[in-house]
Amino acid sequence: MAEVLDVALRCVVVLAAFLVLPLAVGQLEHKTMAHMQSRVGPMYAGGFHGWAQLVADGVKFVQKEAVTPSAADRPVFALAPGVALVPYLVVLFVIPLGPSAVGADLDLGLFFALAVMSIGVLGTLMGGWASANKYSLLGGLRTASQLMSYELPMVLAAVSAAMMAGSLSLVGIAQAWEWSWLLWQLPALVVFVVAGLAELQRPPFDMPIADAELVLGPYTEYGGMRFAMFLLAEYAGIVVLSALTATLFLGGWRGPSSDELGWLWVLLKTMVVAFLVVWFRVAWPRMREDQLNALAWKILVPLALGQLALTTVVVLA
Amino acid sequence: MSGVRRAVTGSGLVRGLRVTWHNLTRRAVTQQYPDVLPALPPRSRGVIALQEENCTSCMLCARECPAWCIYIDSHKETAPPVNEGGRERSFNVLDRFDIDYSLCMYCGICVEVCPFDALHWSPEFEYAELDIRDLTHDKERLREWMWTVPPPQPLDPAAEQPKEIGVAEKAAHREAARLEADKVAEREAEPGA
Repeated sequence: MAEVLDVALRCVVVLAAFLVLPLAVGQLEHKTMAHMQSRVGPMYAGGFHGWAQLVADGVKFVQKEAVTPSAADRPVFALAPGVALVPYLVVLFVIPLGPSAVGADLDLGLFFALAVMSIGVLGTLMGGWASANKYSLLGGLRTASQLMSYELPMVLAAVSAAMMAGSLSLVGIAQAWEWSWLLWQLPALVVFVVAGLAELQRPPFDMPIADAELVLGPYTEYGGMRFAMFLLAEYAGIVVLSALTATLFLGGWRGPSSDELGWLWVLLKTMVVAFLVVWFRVAWPRMREDQLNALAWKILVPLALGQLALTTVVVLA
Repeated sequence: MSGVRRAVTGSGLVRGLRVTWHNLTRRAVTQQYPDVLPALPPRSRGVIALQEENCTSCMLCARECPAWCIYIDSHKETAPPVNEGGRERSFNVLDRFDIDYSLCMYCGICVEVCPFDALHWSPEFEYAELDIRDLTHDKERLREWMWTVPPPQPLDPAAEQPKEIGVAEKAAHREAARLEADKVAEREAEPGA
């Protein structure tokens, strides 16, 4: 009985985090982006600095009609937002807030997280294909090429951390983390974040969405709650990427008085990475499709391989 | 291009981060408009007000208006002669003076050309309407705007003097010179000087 309760509690906590953190990141983006552009952002909803803006947006989305194009591949079209969103919920289960505070401590946690994360991108692909819209299709194809290019450096960068720790469990990696990693695992950290950004199709890697040329890429035909789910998936993706970065390269819950405040350290580190993600979006222009692939294959993959070689030498020496 | 140094690759990215960080750490420039009214300069071109009493229906404004947005109707009335047996004096009575703000382009030519200072700029700007026809303000409404016209502003420090002052000074100098000449002539005329 106690076991069941324990599992239920973990599920509830992870679900709550899944529902709250993306909104927090969304609000962070609203306000940060506004102030970086010398604006103030949402100010009215909820009274205090527009804190309820995303709640209000959600209510608006619920009221809207979910239109399906007549030529669309209906089941795939309807399924796509869920496929985009749910994987991030699943990944949150394996991200530790502390040595024992984790939804499920899998031995293959890192492998599981990376594998499931790339399923999320499939939702975008499905949406692009099923919409029966040329812009959606082009966006979907760009998503596919981006997924092909950036999955490799991302995995290579993550492997470097796993090799150092000698474990694929996220808890194990965070436990093995040392301050020196910040210095000489830095290339892996950079590659991981950059490739993660590309996988989430966040600016400056938002060529698949490219609203100036593709309307909204794979999301063009979506409206109402389905679109909201894609939107939520984007922010959940930021949360997952930031939390994974924090766990792999920034030591997760490690920090002063981590016994009591470990979970706070994880949240803090996650939010710092999320802030960087938002900052990059505001500061940098979108990359062209060829630049995007060149960056992956000519810079990130060699960089990640070099890091991997270095890590191998260090581990074996 | 000579003189343009090729920037180091990636320096633009750093500059982008710096600019956005600079903005983030300073106050936003946003005006809280509906909550806080803007402090407009007194010469702002918000709406054109009509001092109906000054208008002689001369039609100069309507004719100069590039957008043809001023409509004037008037008729002639006569007043009894000032002197016994004299001619009756005729004058114009303004029946209609409309400005269609859906056409007006706020060039201010009408205000400039009015020879009798019947038209004035007011900084008021909150007169949006739900029906475009309501943007045509009749002479009563235009008269109401007069109460919002700020008093004439002092000239800018480096501004040219108003023509009136130059004319008045010239006249005063001329008068002074005449008086001086009279005095000299008087003295010369005095016997035994």
